[in-house]
Amino acid sequence: MFEIFGIPSTALFGQLLIGLINGSFYALLSLGLAVIFGMLNVINFAHCAQYMMGAFAAFLLLNLTGLGYWGALIVAPILVGIFGIIVERCLLQWLYKLDHLYGLLLTFGLVLIIEGVARNFYGSAGLPYTMPESLQGGQNLGFMFLPNYRAWVIVASLTVCLATWFVIERTRLGAYLRAATENPTLVRAFGINVPLMITLTYGFGVALAAFAGVMAAPIYNVSPQMGSSLIIVVFAVVVIGGMGSIMGAIVTGFGLGIVEGLTKVFFPEASNTVIFVIMAIVLLVRPAGLFGRRA
Amino acid sequence: MEARTDAVSAAPPVPAASWRNWSEPIAFAVMVALLALAPMYFYPMFVMQALCFALFACAFNLLIGYGGLLSFGHALYFGWASYLAAHSAKVWGFPPELAILTGTLTGGLFGVVAGALAIRRQGIYFAMITLAMAQMMFFFALQMKFTGGEDGIQAVPRGKLFGLIDLANQTNMYVTVAAIFLAGFLLIQRVIHSPFGEVLKAIRENEPRAISLGYKTDRYKLLAFVLSATLAGLAGSTKAIVLQIASLTDVDWPMSGEVVLMALVGGLGTVFGPVVGAFIVVAMQNYLAQVGQWVTVIQGVIFVLCVLLFRRGVIGELAAYMRIKL
Amino acid sequence: MKSLLSLTAIAVALAAGSAQAQQLSVKIGVMSDMSSLYADIGGPGSVAAAKLAVADFAKSNPNVKVELVSGDHQNKPDVGSQLANQWFDVDKVDMIIDIPNSGVALAVSQVAANKNKLFIVSGAAASDLTGPKCNANTIHWSYDTWMLANGTGKAMVKTGGDTWFFLTADYAFGHALERDTGEVVEKNGGKILGKVRHPLNTSDFSSFLLQAQSSKAKVVGLANAGGDTINSIKQAAEFGIVKGGQKMAGLLVFASDVNALGLQTAQGLSLTESWYWDLNDANREWTKRWQTERNAAGKFPTMIHAGVYSGITHYLKARVALGGSPEGKDVTAKMKATPTDDVLFGKGVIDEAGRKRHDAYLFEVKKPSESKHPGDFYHLRATIPAAEAFRQAKDSGCSLVKG
Repeated sequence: MFEIFGIPSTALFGQLLIGLINGSFYALLSLGLAVIFGMLNVINFAHCAQYMMGAFAAFLLLNLTGLGYWGALIVAPILVGIFGIIVERCLLQWLYKLDHLYGLLLTFGLVLIIEGVARNFYGSAGLPYTMPESLQGGQNLGFMFLPNYRAWVIVASLTVCLATWFVIERTRLGAYLRAATENPTLVRAFGINVPLMITLTYGFGVALAAFAGVMAAPIYNVSPQMGSSLIIVVFAVVVIGGMGSIMGAIVTGFGLGIVEGLTKVFFPEASNTVIFVIMAIVLLVRPAGLFGRRA
Repeated sequence: MEARTDAVSAAPPVPAASWRNWSEPIAFAVMVALLALAPMYFYPMFVMQALCFALFACAFNLLIGYGGLLSFGHALYFGWASYLAAHSAKVWGFPPELAILTGTLTGGLFGVVAGALAIRRQGIYFAMITLAMAQMMFFFALQMKFTGGEDGIQAVPRGKLFGLIDLANQTNMYVTVAAIFLAGFLLIQRVIHSPFGEVLKAIRENEPRAISLGYKTDRYKLLAFVLSATLAGLAGSTKAIVLQIASLTDVDWPMSGEVVLMALVGGLGTVFGPVVGAFIVVAMQNYLAQVGQWVTVIQGVIFVLCVLLFRRGVIGELAAYMRIKL
Repeated sequence: MKSLLSLTAIAVALAAGSAQAQQLSVKIGVMSDMSSLYADIGGPGSVAAAKLAVADFAKSNPNVKVELVSGDHQNKPDVGSQLANQWFDVDKVDMIIDIPNSGVALAVSQVAANKNKLFIVSGAAASDLTGPKCNANTIHWSYDTWMLANGTGKAMVKTGGDTWFFLTADYAFGHALERDTGEVVEKNGGKILGKVRHPLNTSDFSSFLLQAQSSKAKVVGLANAGGDTINSIKQAAEFGIVKGGQKMAGLLVFASDVNALGLQTAQGLSLTESWYWDLNDANREWTKRWQTERNAAGKFPTMIHAGVYSGITHYLKARVALGGSPEGKDVTAKMKATPTDDVLFGKGVIDEAGRKRHDAYLFEVKKPSESKHPGDFYHLRATIPAAEAFRQAKDSGCSLVKG
């Protein structure tokens, strides 16, 4: 066993892995933000509230209908996605012609409403949600104890991220989407229903957030404010990656998870600020972000 | 920045030599009169608190209403200024005027650093960067010893202004706060109508064109940012002296959201809007405090309604209706 | 507004004039966090507890008219002190109770001292309220950080948990809790093997838990609160910390937190509380009434709620004994001079520093299989007598304590 900066290498591997798991959540959330921003030009502040709604939906499905974790993993994102579609149709669509900032302000208002309502009905302490039987326990990897659930989180989020990337970058549907981002009028002239595409994209981005929420439910506290501490970090991730590319969002998400994980070992006091410091440095060196294109 | 044009150019061209030309001075006179009468009808502490927030909202509005820059992290300057003002008054024994000065400079200093980074990006990114930096400084405030963490800095002495005027006296305090507010307000108004303000508006409307006209837009934006942060600092330090507390609430991100709400409710890009907005929001908080529970939801609904239906805000709508500038 | 106030004043004057000589009217303000982080440990539940206290008192003292108002401090010290000022000045409130947020509680404590009114803290944890920042108008009721650290630290070491690793929230509150508990552990012959400071509102604790796991300490002490505590316990279960033979000790955990975690996750957690609803028949009886009043069958009252009930009861007794409308300091003096006695906390005293003293209990969270009915959370592991449970007044650093 050798040591790096006084930390046994085995512990270090463990921490790297843990960082990767954390990164999965950043990647899923920043991916959703990037997809929505790409299509709607709206920064979805409500992303964190929708993440929370995913976790709450999982709790409610379990307690009202008896639907377990696996069912919730599919149903909860669909439900929250539908909520997203309603929000887009009723509220957001009126803002597209205006400055992007109004979208940000509107979704910020939504956060206050959603969190406030959740708090009034379910209190602030949180709701219990236990892990599915099949994912309990863990493997002893020699250098660390890896809970099965964490391994599942990495696999699931990587799959979802890569699938999203594939659909957007490599399929015909994705091509329409990207084209509509560049020039909606022209795409419309080809007979494609752009408003519908926009609505569905928002629904999908929101569903991604809800998916992350369901994944978080068994390991994180399911409470109304569970998303708000995360959203600002995810914003920083997005600024660092630049919102230009889907792959950028995914890679930055995982990468920053690892960086944060390492900070937790070497200098735990700074683990919550390290991402903001990186953001400042990136802004100085590459203002458009690591993967962004200068507008 | 298409959107803001509709809010700001709402005031139509004003016919020459009409009372409408005097709308701003008249409104200012009305405001001063109201300030003089307010303590007789309302709880003075409430008015003072609202005045601090009003100055804060005006400072914020300078940036978004005239520079087109949405800062989502203004709590940073407001909150840190109040910490420094409280600390210098309580621990270092500074008299109130020096304590407020210390706080104000702190706001300005942070404004220089954060502004220099934030203006490297526009629009939405600018908002996110300011938010992220404010959050970073929130964590510092939480961890540092002198801020007292969750307890904040309590029992800040009000002291004697210039060694003469005892601020423990409510009337003296009120007059001082009103004077500070009016000074800050007039300064902002002066800036808006200065050549500097005109360039700022030009940048808001069309930055590339302003650049091609030879303006170093980054410098203008930075200067506006620092000015706004400094005034936010002035508001924060005054609040620390008035309420004798500096606490985490003032640096946390919901505070950044609240100041946006104030400016939005009152009217972005109007001179008097933020003042009215601040009074509405603070009154809501204080009076709804007795209702409990639904405060955040109500705030959220107001946010959504303002964005969808009343983008001009209370004062903006009023000005448009009366065809005057306010 | 003004005319309304004067109308009320006339009404009050009339009522006072027409009533018998011993008619007493008292106004109590329950200030709490109604809508945010601490709404479950205090909040609407505290208002319900206050209503019960007033109703019970009215039974034996029909000639005392008690009026209740409630308010939400939104966890903002400035809103809290503003509201307190207004309550004392304009609404003529005599006493404010609860406030589950240390920052707000310290602010209101000063307002109460300035106006010479009264403040009974049931919700906030900071032991400074009866320490260096004490005053003659403040009484601290249910619990405080010193009691939590002392109770859990001492009892754990005595039952064999003599090596500790701390997960500490990185701000003043966490540091204080870690320091106080650490001192108790070491004084009783235990050893601190290590600690890690995590930022407030961290969602992922896995990395910190791995460090705790590899320290091989027998006890993992959680010097944090609220969501951080819940997250760390949830993830400790996931990483098999309790199964691996280490014990988790929560230094600030409420029944509502255990409810939020579920027994499956929280089992084996040790914690200290000064009141538990399922401890005896009187508490169970009261809890039923509380649930009806609160209109929440699935919720269980915390020690803060019980403290609100007990505090109001004792306060009203003192007011009846004094009669008229005495100043805040005189009421606290009377309250300190009279031993306390109520159905929830039993007999107790208030010491010179303003600290209410009663027994504290070390609990361990049951396994799901051991829990017989909803809310059956704890095994009682140790009772810490009132004399030891709280800091001695002479060690408090409070200026009110002489000699």
